[in-house]
Amino acid sequence: MANVSLIHLKKQFGQSVAVSDFSLEIADGELVSFLGPSGCGKTTTLRMIAGFIDPTAGRILIGGTDVTALPVHQRNTGMVFQRYALFPHMTVAQNVSFGLEMRKVSAHERDRRIELALDMVRMTEYKDRYPRQLSGGQQQRVAIARALAIEPKVFLLDEPLSNLDAKLRLEVREEIRALQQRLGLTTIFVTHDQEEALAISDRMAIMHDGKVQQVGRPDVLYEQPENFFVAEFLGKMNFFAGTCVGPGQFKTTDGLLLNVDAVTQSTKRVGVRPERVELVAVATSGNNIPVTVQSSAYLGSFVDVVLAGPNQQRLSCQVPNTATVSPADAFTTGRGLVMNFKASDCVVFNEEGDA
Amino acid sequence: MLASIVPIRRFHLGKWFLRVFVFLVYAIMLCPLVFVIWLSFFKDSILYFPPSGYTLSWYKNAWDNQSFVNGFIFSLQLAIVSALIGVSIGVVAALGLIRYRFRGAKYVNTLLLSPLLMPGIVAGIAIYLFYLRTENFLDRDIVGTLGGLVLAHICLTIPWTVRLVSASMHGLDPSIEEAARNLGANGRVAFWRITLPMLRPAIVAAALFSFIVSFENLEVSLSLVGPGSTTLPIAIMQYLEFNLDPTIAAVSSVQILLLGIIMLVTDRFVKLSQVV
Repeated sequence: MANVSLIHLKKQFGQSVAVSDFSLEIADGELVSFLGPSGCGKTTTLRMIAGFIDPTAGRILIGGTDVTALPVHQRNTGMVFQRYALFPHMTVAQNVSFGLEMRKVSAHERDRRIELALDMVRMTEYKDRYPRQLSGGQQQRVAIARALAIEPKVFLLDEPLSNLDAKLRLEVREEIRALQQRLGLTTIFVTHDQEEALAISDRMAIMHDGKVQQVGRPDVLYEQPENFFVAEFLGKMNFFAGTCVGPGQFKTTDGLLLNVDAVTQSTKRVGVRPERVELVAVATSGNNIPVTVQSSAYLGSFVDVVLAGPNQQRLSCQVPNTATVSPADAFTTGRGLVMNFKASDCVVFNEEGDA
Repeated sequence: MLASIVPIRRFHLGKWFLRVFVFLVYAIMLCPLVFVIWLSFFKDSILYFPPSGYTLSWYKNAWDNQSFVNGFIFSLQLAIVSALIGVSIGVVAALGLIRYRFRGAKYVNTLLLSPLLMPGIVAGIAIYLFYLRTENFLDRDIVGTLGGLVLAHICLTIPWTVRLVSASMHGLDPSIEEAARNLGANGRVAFWRITLPMLRPAIVAAALFSFIVSFENLEVSLSLVGPGSTTLPIAIMQYLEFNLDPTIAAVSSVQILLLGIIMLVTDRFVKLSQVV
């Protein structure tokens, strides 16, 4: 395994910039996910690391060696593709064997490593089957074994779970994470699914329009988003526009005064997560905003309530299901309530949308 | 459960109509074959119905006819050589057209498929005239040579390969070849070990079609064959000019049987229905 350095990486297709100035240090044994909506440049970046796309500018180092000019087959990365990409005319064992044959590994050693790789993903008993005889989850496991059998310096995964159904997705995700931890694999995981990224990553890089928006631990990104995009892409957030009117004091455009711990002179907007908000009948200590219930959706573990604020702006609140209140009675449309939250739970943003 | 039976009833009529239609299509396609084989056993030398008896003598007659035997062997050689060369060129052409979207690729594609659009006799005469001009220019024989005939047949077989192989390539997931390269195969190795085997069904089917197209071609061969090298279809035509006995039916039956066996054997190794 090895560390990976991306140095001012850039890719331009004609006039359109797919990735602009991406710099990142990925430590040995770390799992970093690239998260973003489609077209944000995450897959392009991964493919540049694998060598399928030549960067317009910048350098890629794997284990301290500059691989920017190396062809794909000399980079020693192990990649897993969205649609499995198994060789249809080869058995499971032959699929895993392919990379080893390319490395001129002796037949005896090859058999040992095929066995080991298939055992890792619990596919040993299927080694003589053909890919078409396997389910999607099994195929992806073989693809993982195939990529790991070559003992790559970096493990690259391009949306590996998006073709699987919900239950399998969770199962294979946990399996990937467990393998990654056990083998200490330096891993880059591309996904558009925020829950997947939150669950699996040591650090995540959120991308938008070819630019890296923020890099950090999942909890840091969620709790301290650096801009609007990160705040809204990762979970939901209620925003209030206004200005700073004193230390810890923020006045919304509707004239409401809020206590916000983090507020500064440049603060133009304040945000609070829907699950950090409580709905109460009468105003209590902390920040209180009068709201009207628009609709509510019962989602099992919580109730998602859509509210209208003083300026008719759309707000949202997640009420945990404690079984003491029936959601149907508590959140009837048109009911007036008070949205209550703490000064310490607020996140602040300046004019540009940066925190 | 009962409710679900009702709507099925309503479609019964349509289903029967479809069955009858399919039966008729098969009947129309297979009837000539059945009759040709049947006729080949008729005793009478002038076709007469019902036959006065059955005989195998027409098969012996065909076997004794030197021009049929020679024509058969010559056609077989011609078809194998043309199919092999045509498929090789066609695969490369299909790869080039799909992989490298070069300027004018569309026109090259149309050009390669054009032998399919042209009536055989027109193509035959056009190639003949072209060969004559080229002969004058190069000052060497082309019409009547084996090379000239093979070249013309290759032109006929290429469209089949280009169509079948490019259709098959369109269906390939490009990430499969990428996976091979990622695992350490350079472009050449990835092509030979991964991409080409995935195209195998299409290539086998293309070879089969090319073989048949060349084997049964009459119109193009007609103006290009030289003395002493007659293809089977030409031998049949020449025989028909002066004879009308069931020998022709016997020759045709052998041909039908041979092509049928080739198809069945091929289908055992490659499911043709998946490609064609």
